[in-house]
Amino acid sequence: MRDLLILRVVTKLLMPFILIFALYVQFHGDYGPGGGFQAGVIFGAGFILYGLVFGLDDLRGVLSSDVLRAGFALGVLIFAGVGVAGLLLGGNYLDYNVLAHDPVHGQHLGILLIEFGVGVTVASVMVSIFYYFAGRER
Amino acid sequence: MAVAVIGIVRARNLFVVVMLAGIYSLLAATIFVILDAVDVAFTEAAVGAGISTVLFLGTLALTTSEEKKPVHNAWISLAVVAVTGAVLIYGTLDMPRYGDPAAPANHHVVPEYLEGGPEKTGIPNVVTAVLASYRGYDTLGEVTVIFTAGIGVVLLLGRWRAHRRETEAAEEEA
Repeated sequence: MRDLLILRVVTKLLMPFILIFALYVQFHGDYGPGGGFQAGVIFGAGFILYGLVFGLDDLRGVLSSDVLRAGFALGVLIFAGVGVAGLLLGGNYLDYNVLAHDPVHGQHLGILLIEFGVGVTVASVMVSIFYYFAGRER
Repeated sequence: MAVAVIGIVRARNLFVVVMLAGIYSLLAATIFVILDAVDVAFTEAAVGAGISTVLFLGTLALTTSEEKKPVHNAWISLAVVAVTGAVLIYGTLDMPRYGDPAAPANHHVVPEYLEGGPEKTGIPNVVTAVLASYRGYDTLGEVTVIFTAGIGVVLLLGRWRAHRRETEAAEEEA
């Protein structure tokens, strides 16, 4: 699909908006609808669109599969690490109240961090499943 | 949606089936919006209509896009589906009506979440507060499931590719 000019231009125009929207859904999830899962799939869908139009090799130049594989683990580690941080600061596992001086601030910080972890894992898993399916040959 | 489902069942060309399934997911997403479940609608539209359609198309590119004629009798399957559906519908008869204020779901812990949630967590979106704070363990479990799915795909398909690369290198040497 590399030669289709309209697809290429429209994709290039849409990409920044898709990614910004994903980040908005990610970090505005506390106030409006959204959160890590939704942001992760939107982010992943943006990269999959890029891969569909410009080919897998170009996409690999942007996001290599090693980075994605690290992303799988990084997201889960962020989530679990926030839980351990709560333990170290004297609370229960995944207790965000102790993360900051004020319990409400702690909740904010904890939820922001774990949603980020969720988003990283979901986005990298989505894009790499696409890699492995689309990268196979008959 | 019913039209899309009938089309999926009738069509023999799998490309048509994949497209109809995408349309079905998009319609399901609009239903979620109507039910005020915008978070779920996001996910349904992105995963159901977007990513899974792409994965189906990738699979079709690897296999064939025409469905083979079924060899077994379809009536047995139809009977099993009809009986299961009837049992499931019978099961819903006991459930409280949609939006019933006396339903157990609106009594148990929900009032505390709705009233205490925004105050205790400082987060106006109750869905996020429940998902990340009250139900943190569940969400950690869900992320682990996604992580495991990703690892599974890498192990199953990634090893196959590495193996093929090795055999190709061996063939070139020979």
